[in-house]
Amino acid sequence: MRQPSLAQVLQPKWRTALQRLREERSGGGGKIVLLSAVGFGFWAAVFGVLYRVLKYFRGVEELGPLLAAKLLGLVLLSFISILILSNVITALSSFFLAKDLDLLVSAPVDWLRLYLAKLGETLLHSSWMVALMAVPILAAYGVIYHGGWLFPLYAVFTILPMLVLPAVLGCAVTLVLVNVFPARRTRDLLSIIALGAAGVLILLFRLIRPEQLARPEGFRNLLDFITVLRTPTSPFLPSEWATNAIMNYLREIPDPLPLLLLWTTAAGVVTLGALLHRELFATGFTKAQEGAERFIRGTLWRWTVGSLLRPLPAAKREFVLKDIKLFFRDTTQWSQLILLAVLVVVYLFNIKALPLFRGEQVPFFYVTLVSFLNLGLSGFVLASIAARFIFPAVSLEGRQMWLLRSSPLDLRALLWSKYWVGTVPLLVLALLLTGATNLLLKATPFMMIVSLATICALTLAIAAMALGFGALYPQFETENAAQIPTSFGGLVFMMATIVLLAVVIVVLARPVYVYMSTVNAGLPVRMDASMIAAFAAAATLCAAATVIPLRVGLKKMESFEF
Amino acid sequence: MIRLENLTKLYGSFVAVDDISLHVPKGVLYGCLGPNGAGKTTTLRMIAGILRPSNGRVLLGGDDVHENPMVAKRRLGFIPDRPFVYDKLTGAEFLRFVAGLYGQDGDAVERRMNELLEVFELTSWKDELVEAYSHGMRQKLIISSALIHRPECIVVDEPMVGLDPKAARLLKDIFRQFVDKGGTVLMSTHTLEVAEAMCDRIAIIQHGKIVAAGTMEEIRAQTAAGGSVGLEELFLKLTGGVHARELAEVLGS
Repeated sequence: MRQPSLAQVLQPKWRTALQRLREERSGGGGKIVLLSAVGFGFWAAVFGVLYRVLKYFRGVEELGPLLAAKLLGLVLLSFISILILSNVITALSSFFLAKDLDLLVSAPVDWLRLYLAKLGETLLHSSWMVALMAVPILAAYGVIYHGGWLFPLYAVFTILPMLVLPAVLGCAVTLVLVNVFPARRTRDLLSIIALGAAGVLILLFRLIRPEQLARPEGFRNLLDFITVLRTPTSPFLPSEWATNAIMNYLREIPDPLPLLLLWTTAAGVVTLGALLHRELFATGFTKAQEGAERFIRGTLWRWTVGSLLRPLPAAKREFVLKDIKLFFRDTTQWSQLILLAVLVVVYLFNIKALPLFRGEQVPFFYVTLVSFLNLGLSGFVLASIAARFIFPAVSLEGRQMWLLRSSPLDLRALLWSKYWVGTVPLLVLALLLTGATNLLLKATPFMMIVSLATICALTLAIAAMALGFGALYPQFETENAAQIPTSFGGLVFMMATIVLLAVVIVVLARPVYVYMSTVNAGLPVRMDASMIAAFAAAATLCAAATVIPLRVGLKKMESFEF
Repeated sequence: MIRLENLTKLYGSFVAVDDISLHVPKGVLYGCLGPNGAGKTTTLRMIAGILRPSNGRVLLGGDDVHENPMVAKRRLGFIPDRPFVYDKLTGAEFLRFVAGLYGQDGDAVERRMNELLEVFELTSWKDELVEAYSHGMRQKLIISSALIHRPECIVVDEPMVGLDPKAARLLKDIFRQFVDKGGTVLMSTHTLEVAEAMCDRIAIIQHGKIVAAGTMEEIRAQTAAGGSVGLEELFLKLTGGVHARELAEVLGS
């Protein structure tokens, strides 16, 4: 029997993608323009920074090419690490949980075609972001080292096998895991392992204080340094082969070995992966159909949170309880808190590591400035968290909207519950983050009060904007909450929040400047009319940014149809 | 109890429901039949307040579902055709949650919940996450949730899909008893035998319009069919029958 082509097996996927693209285009040019502008802006920034760095390297005799190669090696190594993690998670969806699998497995499609099709799908889903990220980086190398017009083609030819290797590895790891645990448990397990690993990596990277390497006293002599640079990170790593292949091409060294290694290893690994798939997929797929049955009484929640919420009306209380339970029972949701905790530790560590307290006298000007600017940075961190946890809240109700709309639940109660369930933890985090930072900085009571009050108002506004924009740009079809913030609506929300943060900081800059000047001049601090006006303006802005998005979101929710 | 007045729903230029007017009196089990895509589900979702009509209105016990939703929806229990529920809640938690949406809680809800779970043979599953439930069990859970607040009327879309014969029989008995006690049921179904055996009145919808409505006798009279003609014949006559010859050709090729 003639087997269908790979394109045919994947037809539903690429046709859906094409249709989505068509819908996006018909949805108006503004969206595409905005997305392209942000994308190109990001590319340009990465290209610009790397261009300057490489140009500087190029000017350094002897060391220059070594440094450039080392940098590329590090970048590609981090790409491979990210790719392995993302491939493991993506492979679980594409090989074991995807909706098209029942059709494909029941059809007379042979194992190899199924494997290659799903491997291709996994590779595409998990690697597109890394591939796009590589474009400005390799472009900078190509431009600085005059790679010529053939360099882009050569770069694609080199990077492609480097993407295939982690994809095959990720699929194989998933295949083995699913054979050991049921698929749903594996998903839980993987999200914890992946995020835990990412957290540890970030923490380790930060705690070794890489900024110390830039200090000249860190190296004993030049020869040591060159020896370190010349030694490959590991001769068995595909990122090292890809680095050598690219640097050889750019430096016009005729050595086909790295390329040969890349392609033969990729081919070999795909073959091994296919054989493993043939042996293990059928049993794994069967196991994946098993539900992760769990017996849960949920009495703990009712006694603790339920009792706390007792004064609320039944509808609101049950809604809040439901939202909290759903969050903590979904491993893919709460496991992201691990990463969040790590980021908060790193953030505070960074503040602690600031070179502010070198001398015996605490520099008042810098402390106040950092404490003030920290508002913007904390605001940005809070906005990212709101994008991940509050923005998807309305979208996640999509499939159950039949129940909410056919019941006499007031949508305001729904929005109220979602708002406070998201805002209270965000507010606690905001106060901890700002309070701890100010304590570490030994900021003055005036700055402490201003920071805490501002971050409170900003948090209330950011949470409202996340919920409002989430309702304005709902993603009812997406089952994975983690994908929702990366949508167009998520981007618009982040941009709107950045504008709010910028405006509030500009408004508050004046009173903080007046305060600093007064203290510096040794005069007593007085609240004058201009200071009060600025604080009132910031408060009004935050209040408007809280009320308006919630109102608009509510209006939009009232018009939802299912 | 349920009154539809000139109900219309447009999706762009496509008319899904075309100026439907219907009255479902209290204490009646009303069936809604029609081919796929006729507009049954859209009509039921407008009655439940999930879709907004482009024109016309829906009254439940005299209250407009879209003008006065809080009062009107309290009277209603809605059972959709696709059982989407929160996977990470247990059956018991889901029922408590739904009762809460109707402003009910406490011991009365616990008792009612246990009764319903017992009736639908879900008691041993009540503390199990819904993600472990089969399609039929989810459907039973949703039916329980529609009954937990003791509604005056039930609107149900394809109630028998996914149910085993025992549960299907149970549901028929529940609906019959509910109606006998003064409740009202409006249901859509493709199973003509079910409609013929259960429903007091029937409306047949095609291309978004009601083409016939009333008791079986009234529909026979409207279509000038003989006294012994069954619902299947009437349905095919009204909606355009399938030509057996063409079917045989397709299957044979």
